[in-house]
Amino acid sequence: MSDPLFSPGTLIAAGLDWLNTNGHGVFALIGGAAEAVLDGAETALRLPPAWAFIGGVTALALWAFGWRMALLAALSLGLCLASGLWKQGMQTIALVTVSVLASVMLAFPLGLLAARRPRLERALRPVLDIMQTVPPWVYLIPAVMIFSLGKVPALIATVVYGIPPMLRITTLAFKEVPHELVELGQASGATPMQVLTKLEIPAARKTLLVGLNQTILLSLAMVVLAGLVGGGGLGAEVTRGLTRMEMGLGLRAGLSIVAVAIFLDRMSRRVLE
Amino acid sequence: MTQDTSEILIDCRNVWKVFGERADDAIAAIRTRGAGKREVLRDFNCVVGVADASFQIRKGEIFCIMGLSGSGKSTLVRLLNRLIEPSLGEISIRGRNISQMNRKDLRSLRAHEIGMVFQSVALIPGRTVLDNAAFGLEVQGVGKAERHRIALDALARVGLSDWANHLPKQLSGGMQQRVGLARAIASDPGIILMDEPFSALDPLIRRQLQDEFRQLTKSLGKSAVFITHDLDEAMRIGDRIAIMKDGMMIQIGTAEEIVLHPADAYVAEFVAGISRLHLVKAHSLMLPLTDYAGPVEKLARTSPEADVQALIDLVLAAPEQAVAIAEGETLLGVVTARTLLQGIRGEEAVEKAQ
Ligand SMILES: Nc1ncnc2c1ncn2[C@@H]1O[C@H](COP(=O)(O)OP(=O)(O)OP(=O)(O)O)[C@@H](O)[C@H]1O
Ligand SMILES: [Mg+2]
Repeated sequence: MSDPLFSPGTLIAAGLDWLNTNGHGVFALIGGAAEAVLDGAETALRLPPAWAFIGGVTALALWAFGWRMALLAALSLGLCLASGLWKQGMQTIALVTVSVLASVMLAFPLGLLAARRPRLERALRPVLDIMQTVPPWVYLIPAVMIFSLGKVPALIATVVYGIPPMLRITTLAFKEVPHELVELGQASGATPMQVLTKLEIPAARKTLLVGLNQTILLSLAMVVLAGLVGGGGLGAEVTRGLTRMEMGLGLRAGLSIVAVAIFLDRMSRRVLE
Repeated sequence: MTQDTSEILIDCRNVWKVFGERADDAIAAIRTRGAGKREVLRDFNCVVGVADASFQIRKGEIFCIMGLSGSGKSTLVRLLNRLIEPSLGEISIRGRNISQMNRKDLRSLRAHEIGMVFQSVALIPGRTVLDNAAFGLEVQGVGKAERHRIALDALARVGLSDWANHLPKQLSGGMQQRVGLARAIASDPGIILMDEPFSALDPLIRRQLQDEFRQLTKSLGKSAVFITHDLDEAMRIGDRIAIMKDGMMIQIGTAEEIVLHPADAYVAEFVAGISRLHLVKAHSLMLPLTDYAGPVEKLARTSPEADVQALIDLVLAAPEQAVAIAEGETLLGVVTARTLLQGIRGEEAVEKAQ
């Protein structure tokens, strides 16, 4: 292969090297924190035996949302268990949950700020455009270069991947809030915080939920991909099935992913409504 | 005016609002070379929202601001509670300059002293009528039971107690606007700002709400600034009316003053179609006693406040076709059939005849 004329990678790699040597402490801290939170979530999910977990979630869904949700919960979780991929399923759910929470915690305030400051929105737009067009596995490369293989780069890449949709839709949601409602709040003597919590967030809620939903599904896709870099969970099984040409394993893992996706999607929707 | 001695609630002095980045330059140009709205837009890319508005509103008064679309009514009314910052000039509420208030004082002013009703109603879709009416109190931190009690009271005043637990979308436009009014009065403010609250309603409901609003405001002793683009509405509701054009208040006066003495051709054109029957009063029509040939003592008498409609009835009933105008025992003048006809015809006719 001849040397390419255009090779931003060499620049980025140099940048990453610099970061690795100079920002080592920071990354170690982030990595450690991420790992701890992730392990905590995983342990919590796997604390009860599988049948107890399924039973509990099903009962909870029945009580809170009715029999349809209960059935869905029982079927999707049951499928994971029956496929022999319970542990991996729980790992995936833990990874998705933690990364979605982190994405939202970063994207929501930024998106809100962008809705208030048109200049920030304009500055963010091209960055978000690029982030959303780049193929998802490209995120894995710098994550691995900094955090090496394992769950942490998987988590970091997923968090970063989940930010653009949530941020975009948060901005959209708040810009769509009728101006009269904000005016009503101000004219009633509400503090900016009261205007936000009592008027803007309720008015923006439907759109915000769409964003959250997208983030969940995209994060799940990323988590599966992260099996490539040692992210564990169902993604690792898919990768194994693929590399060893084990049709059976690949199919079971794939179906479990679909089950987990449907479960997370519907559940999160109902919980937040 | 009889209210002259009472307390001034709102005092606006030479207030300007110019929208745009070069507002300062634009104002300077307006001052020094009298640049007009169009010039300001062309030279500075600025929009004149309100130009040099000065007026005072007293306790218990309903002040209507009338003007066509884009004349600056909404901007002006939002200057009064500082939803919009003035470019120039001073606005005082109960003697306190609101431009100098800090955020906390401003919030307290908005919460306790100035209520606002919007054209778009601005009800919160996910909340019941009761919770909507209680919103202002909720923001102030009033406890749930207490604010519901007060809000229910306010809803009763606008005839909506039976609807407290419905959602806004279940109500008609007129009812929604009543909820907006209930929300504004629930905090018991001295001043209510109304930005074209009835514009989207059909005429019948509108008339009904106009009368209800006037009655309610008067019975509660509130002052109101009422924005409208409909002169009939302004005349029906307002104690005084200000006519706005291109951000300027070109005339302020009672309905009668505006109809009888329009400040310029623009106002004259506006009032041309207004029926004078209830607006023009005896004191502005009557002839001096000396101009009446017959014996004044024998005529029936009425007060200087009698309107044309009442005068017509009296004059028709009188054999002399004339009626004397008296304040107590003092005779002031005479209204004859001829003066009445001139009065209905309009000012120019009266002046020519004199
Ligand atoms: N935020 C703003 N930025 C720039 N120009 C504005 C702004 N708000 C109002 N204007 C301009 O100021 C002028 C007065 O607007 P305003 O909304 O006060 O008119 P209005 O009398 O209430 O009209 P309408 O009857 O249509 O509500 C208009 O020319 C409008 O374009
Ligand atoms: Mg307006």
